[in-house]
This record gives sequence, C-alpha cells and structure tokens, in this order.
Amino acid sequence: MSYDEEITAYQLDILKEIGNIGAGNAATALSSLLSTKVDMAVPHVKVVSFDEMMDIAGGPENVVVSVFLRIEGEMTGSMFFILSTQQAESFIRTLTKNPSFCFDEIGESEIGLSALQEMGNILSGSYLSSLSDFTNLNLYPTVPAIAIDMAGAIISFGLVELSQAGDKVIVIDTELTDEGKHQAGANGQFFLLPDPESFKILFRSLGVD
Amino acid sequence: MIKTGNIIKVGIADANTVLSPDTIRTSGLGSCVGVILYDERSKKAGLVHIMLPDSSLARSGEINPAKFADTGISYLIEMLSIPTSRLKAKLAGGAQMFQFAGQKDTMRIGPRNVEAVKKVLNSYKIKIISEDTGGSSGRTIEFDPASCLLHIRTVNIGEKVI
Repeated sequence: MSYDEEITAYQLDILKEIGNIGAGNAATALSSLLSTKVDMAVPHVKVVSFDEMMDIAGGPENVVVSVFLRIEGEMTGSMFFILSTQQAESFIRTLTKNPSFCFDEIGESEIGLSALQEMGNILSGSYLSSLSDFTNLNLYPTVPAIAIDMAGAIISFGLVELSQAGDKVIVIDTELTDEGKHQAGANGQFFLLPDPESFKILFRSLGVD
Repeated sequence: MIKTGNIIKVGIADANTVLSPDTIRTSGLGSCVGVILYDERSKKAGLVHIMLPDSSLARSGEINPAKFADTGISYLIEMLSIPTSRLKAKLAGGAQMFQFAGQKDTMRIGPRNVEAVKKVLNSYKIKIISEDTGGSSGRTIEFDPASCLLHIRTVNIGEKVI
C-alpha cells in the first residue's frame, strides 16, 4: 500500500488544520503588508492524481506567477504560492507604489519581481513558522524562487520528490482573497505538498499515529 | 488549412498513440520530457510524458511505466507495435524552471531527464530528428503524424515548429 492510501479521514482533518493555521498567519502578514483586508477560504486537503493537481491550479497551460520553496529540516516538502498574473501585478503595484507596473514591460520587471519574491518570502515564512510552532518541528525554508509560466511546468517540478513514491499527491490547498478589490478568480493559492516520509513525522509530532 | 482530426491529449506521466489525421498533444512540460516516436510510412505516432529519469528511483512496488525514461520509452514502443528500425524521435522539455543557489541533484531533474531519454533512444538505435530541450520555460507540444512536425508553444518565447 502506498502512503496516500494509508491516510485516514481523521488525519486529513489534522492536515486541514495545519493549512488553516499556516495560511491564516500568511493572510495576516499579507494584510499588514498591503494594508488591506485579506480573506482566507477554508483549506482543502485532497488526495489527487498529478493531472488533477494541475487542474486545481487552473489547468496545465494556465499562466501563473509562482513563488516556490523547498522545506528542509525535520520534515521536508514543497510549497507554492500561486497567483494569477493580474493579481501579482496588482500586489506589485501596491508594494512598489508604482500604479503602472506591468509584466509585459521589461525594465520594470526587476524591482517588481524582487518585491514579489520578498512578499513570497514573508508569506511562506509566516506560514512555515506557525507550522513549526504548532508541530514543534525544526523547519528551514530555502530562499524562494520565482517563475512566471504554465502551471503544469511549475507544479510538476514540486512533484519530483512525491512522484518517486507514488502516483498521487496529498495537497493542502488554501485560497487567499484580496477582499473588495478584485473579481473572483484572481486569487492567491497556497499549496503545501509534504514529501511522503513527512506525514508520519508530522502526525507523530502532533501525537496522532 | 482545415484541420479534420481530433487532438489526443496526454497527461503527466502518461502515454498514448495517434494515427493521422488526429494529432497528439501534452501541456505544461517543465522539467518533464515529451518524447514523440513516429513512423512516416504508417503515419502513426506516440507520445510519452516522462517525469523522472530512472525507475530505480521509485520507492513503491508497483510503478507506472510512463513516468520514467527507462520504462516509458519501451512502454511506448510496445503500444505502437512498430519495429524500432522504422521509428524516429523528436523531443521537447527538460527545462530548469527555477534557479536556486546550491542546487541539489533533484533540483536539476530537467537535464537529467533529457540525458536519460537520449540514452534509452540510443540503446534502441532510434534516431533523434530534432529536439527543443533545456532552457527555463514551460512548453506545450503537439505532433501531427501527417506532416511529422512538432509544434511547440512557450509562454515567454512564442511558437516554433521542429
């Protein structure tokens, strides 16, 4: 039996709570960074195929802005913060106080991408530090990397470790909405993809086996 | 030109075959490699979307052959049931999507996938007619067995045909 078949409904609930706490902290950080109200949806925890994972991010060809980092330490995994290009542009405009920032115009990109990377750093850092507090595990995020490309190309990179252990992925997916400013569909998403060996460590740290 | 055929879609770690006038396509290749094997005479082709270089990396008992370079290409050859002497190959993908400092081996999975695919094709003496590999962009590819052309779309570079 592979790891994704051994997980119980109770354990999935615990993973959902991890997403709740982590993304909740990230939402608070985003809110103070942008001085705006940020809403967070109830996290989803799903066991999905690789193709379904791409669909969660809007389909393999959907162009997204992604901040990616690896989690190292007592537990390992991949983490993505995924934004639509419009949403990322809007964040960068707020952060750099440059209302005309646009990805298409090269030359402006460097400072904008740097701002986005910093934002990714702050958000994923607050997600992971709350996860670390909650589980008492020592976690070290790598410096986040940024890519603007097809969701399939981006997310499949985060599936490399997982794909060695099976054909399914357990994803903790939390959606953030920049309330009032944007239409539906232009949201941010956090994906936490723990490596297969990490689930046991995670559950043990919380006293559930 | 009026297209009459259907588009056969291949997912990640998946494989399928196509017969003209249909075309075959896979979306969002990053570090993965899309390998096309085709036969000009029968206008038949196959596509496998490979994720990892070697099935020895697998940590679970039962494996999906389309996921690995070493098992994926032989799996596709079996699906096509055409003698390997008649098959030609085109490939695309194997990008490095993210740049990290101090990269570990798993972080350079794209180039390793390309190397592994070439090694396997070479062992079958299947000639690589053209390729578009490496770089740092995702690719969507579509092969037309009638013209034997591979159309490649990238987000930042645009379209090309190889």
